Amino acid sequence: MSALNKTLQIRTSPHLTAGYSVDHIMRHVAWALLPTCGFAVFIFGLAALITLIVASLTCVLTEHVLCKQSGKISSVNDYSALVTGLLYGLTLPPGLPVWMVMVGAIIAIALGKFMFGGLGCNIFNPALVGRAFLQAAFPSAMTSWGPAMASERFSSVPSSLLAWPFQAPDYSSWADGVSSATPLALMKFEQQLTQHADLLSGMTTGSYGETCGVLILAGGTYLAIRKMLNWRIPLAIFVSAGTLSAICHYVSPELYPGAIFTLFSGGLMLGAVFMATDMVASPMTSKGVIVYGVLIGVLIVIIRNWGGLPEGVMYAILLANAASPHIDALTQPKVFGSQSKASSEGPE
Amino acid sequence: MAITPLSVEDIFDRLKRGKRWDFPGGVHPAEHKTLSNQSEIARVKLADKLYIPLKQHIGVEGELQVSVGQKVLKGQPLTHSAHPFAVPVHASTSGTVVDIAPQVAAHPSGLSELSVVIEPDGIDQWIDLKPLSNYQEMDKAQVVEAICDAGISGLGGAGFPSHIKAQPGKNVEFLVINGVECEPYITSDDRLMREHAWQIRQGIDVLVHLLAPRHVIIAVEDNKPEALDALSVACRDASNYLVCDVATKYPAGGEKQLVQVLTGREVPGQGLPIDVGVIMYNVGTCFAIADAIFSGKPLVERVVTLTGGALNKPHNVWAPLGTPVEHLLSVAEYQPGKQASPRVIMGGPMMGFTVTDARVPVVKITNCLLVPSVDEVRNDNAEQPCIRCSACADACPASLLPQQLYWHSKAAELDKAQDYNLFDCIECGACAYVCPSEIPLVQYYRQAKADIRNQRDEKDKAERAKRRFEARKARLEAEQQAREEKHRKAAEARKQAMQNKDTDKSARVSDAIARAKAKKQQTENVTEPVAETQPKNAAVAAAIARAKAKRAAQTDAEKKPEATVQPSPAHNHESDNDDAESAAQRKQRQIAAAVARAKAKKQQGQDVNKTTPAQHKSDEAGNNEQQSEQDIQRQAESKQQRIAAAVARAKAKKANRQQAQNTSDSDDVTEEKNSQS
Repeated sequence: MSALNKTLQIRTSPHLTAGYSVDHIMRHVAWALLPTCGFAVFIFGLAALITLIVASLTCVLTEHVLCKQSGKISSVNDYSALVTGLLYGLTLPPGLPVWMVMVGAIIAIALGKFMFGGLGCNIFNPALVGRAFLQAAFPSAMTSWGPAMASERFSSVPSSLLAWPFQAPDYSSWADGVSSATPLALMKFEQQLTQHADLLSGMTTGSYGETCGVLILAGGTYLAIRKMLNWRIPLAIFVSAGTLSAICHYVSPELYPGAIFTLFSGGLMLGAVFMATDMVASPMTSKGVIVYGVLIGVLIVIIRNWGGLPEGVMYAILLANAASPHIDALTQPKVFGSQSKASSEGPE
Repeated sequence: MAITPLSVEDIFDRLKRGKRWDFPGGVHPAEHKTLSNQSEIARVKLADKLYIPLKQHIGVEGELQVSVGQKVLKGQPLTHSAHPFAVPVHASTSGTVVDIAPQVAAHPSGLSELSVVIEPDGIDQWIDLKPLSNYQEMDKAQVVEAICDAGISGLGGAGFPSHIKAQPGKNVEFLVINGVECEPYITSDDRLMREHAWQIRQGIDVLVHLLAPRHVIIAVEDNKPEALDALSVACRDASNYLVCDVATKYPAGGEKQLVQVLTGREVPGQGLPIDVGVIMYNVGTCFAIADAIFSGKPLVERVVTLTGGALNKPHNVWAPLGTPVEHLLSVAEYQPGKQASPRVIMGGPMMGFTVTDARVPVVKITNCLLVPSVDEVRNDNAEQPCIRCSACADACPASLLPQQLYWHSKAAELDKAQDYNLFDCIECGACAYVCPSEIPLVQYYRQAKADIRNQRDEKDKAERAKRRFEARKARLEAEQQAREEKHRKAAEARKQAMQNKDTDKSARVSDAIARAKAKKQQTENVTEPVAETQPKNAAVAAAIARAKAKRAAQTDAEKKPEATVQPSPAHNHESDNDDAESAAQRKQRQIAAAVARAKAKKQQGQDVNKTTPAQHKSDEAGNNEQQSEQDIQRQAESKQQRIAAAVARAKAKKANRQQAQNTSDSDDVTEEKNSQS
């Protein structure tokens, strides 16, 4: 018993832990993304596979190198860089040259995350920072969409994918030689509605991971049940975007699409479930996340319906990310027992 | 949520219908209660030595009543105090006091506290017990005093002296008896309720007598059905007693949380339950009160849960206060091999602290010793960056934003941490429990709170110093003014004296001259060459002697008592001589002249040291001297006399100044000491 002395461990309470850890959460997010990734590979073939692998690897490597460079312990083990890479890859248009994928991934980690201080410190969703950079730098490549369900998608890759850096991508190998139009572009520029059945099943073109809303929802539900995702954020986005677009549709049905189309087209589903819910860049307070979600939903509809671009999810989320500290400050919860605070508070 | 408009009866009815409120946040850690609640509370054999800290409660410690070597009986008070926040501690068994010294305390810091070490004699003999079985006929104050004298302070964990809560001075609507015991692993209250429900009921009766509450609610978490049953049976006949089950959620046993769950009322941030009409007692405290009133037994033992995967025999025991941890661990068959390195938690796994020494004693608030096996608790300190997942905010029972508190505490931005209501944190640990980054959040808050308290103390100290400085300044100014006033009055008196002199000049002149002469010669010894004064001595001395004789004749009667009072040796000399002269003068002026000469010579010969003590007289004496010398100056005929007078005056002033300085210096010193104490 005397061995008890001197060697006693000193720890602070609590001595128990719920058993979640950061890498645990990140792993689950990656798993929740797997169905979406699988579907991307299914409809876009090898191009999707290569893009996702390149995006993930580049992100992880960039994180590792930057950590080593700055003398920190490499944080790739927390899987956050992998999740960023996967999400980033899923937002890219099919057939985007691989070198652009790599440049965007490096930007995502270096500028979007590491520059702010690494995990937990980034203001914006890193994956979207990378994508926003590509959108600004290579606008035409970012709006050229390879076709879904191309017949030779598992045997060959589009020639544009392997374009040399700083060379104009070659789109000739695509089925009809021109890029396909996404449902949103069809709606925006040709007032042509895509069938709801196609939208729901994901059999349209668009970014690798954004087409099948149902699978995205399934992944999100899994995370929400495991309390690794704040379900209030996607719900607020769905409700606000759906309501606003329904009102617009009611006022002018020819000009504006309905709620279902708005929710299941473009990147809204992927953005709402996996991007806007990025814990680091979203508000903390339970009222704040509602405000944040509504802000995103409204911005999406505004950009889509009245902006110059067919899609607005990315910018809507980035703008809301920037606003989230302020949303937090404005939505402080009422502290337990504080109703008579004013009277009970001392001079100090 | 606004204050619930429900009346007391509405709330009670709602509770009767089985409805409860909920508090925000909370977590559901695995309970592990069956580990230790399967067997009866066991008696343990006494330890070789008991270490009884003098202070086991919130408040102040009492005065020691025993000395080393003294024999004590079980239940004998070891301390006593008249302070309202002090409760005594008692000998947990009969034996000998072998030491009274600082011993490692049951505190996370592991610091030492003054403790009485008792070596049991094995007889375990009680003192004479004085039960108050007829407490209902007694004065309430007497019952409260008995509770205080029994050394009872909250056994639930905070250690708040129970007798203080028993005199709330406000109307008590609900008396809540807390048997929630929400922390995992702990089952001491559970077993106590199962086995001693009736005695708990008796304790409640005493409290009801003292507090006269409208209703009594006995709250037990719904994971303790046996305890609920036992208490329901015990309280069956009391219509305004209600045994309530409470949904199991940590920290439902927190005082403010439980008030919320039962009454829907929120205790104000820095307030107490009585602010919303509620008084809360732990079931263990009720048991101890019953012991004190019906058996006269002070609090000398309590139920302690010995549990955890590293114990072969986890169970509950009656542990005499002061029993060292290592003794209880051996009772429960501690298996060091099941731990990576030894680790003993006093209290529960959520709020308990690791003991720093195997000799740490069981005290009044010790409800559990948890000795976890390696896979039961978190082991590594792998703090990762915060990912702002807000799980902590969802878990916080005080609706705080732990993540913001963490940032500001970590950055030592203490004012911002306070803006986020740091002091509303009850340190329950729910936030750190759910934190995926394993950040020891509570530790950051404790640190920040301690820093803030230190800052406040510093500020208070500075404030006190400032007040002290200003008081001293004011005092010195007042003294300065008083001095000036005195000088002004003295000057006036002198003026008056001069006017009087004009009428009766000759006698006063000669008197003054005589005194000035003596003074001059005295001081000349120090300041001027003797040769200068010597030639005139003879001529002047004759005149002086004549004048002196005259004056002496006039003032003989008054002079004598004055002379005896004079303390300084120089003055004595002078007045002795004066007396001698006055006795002789009438007949022989020559003799007087000779005496005067002799006196002058003698004083000339006096050494320097003789004059110095004369200068160090009290203020008044100095002033008199000064005054008389100024008289002389006005009347003086010769230069030397004037010089001598000036010198003497300067000296007197200097002496005055020194004295004043000395006294003010010593004032400073005492003031300094006062402030330090």
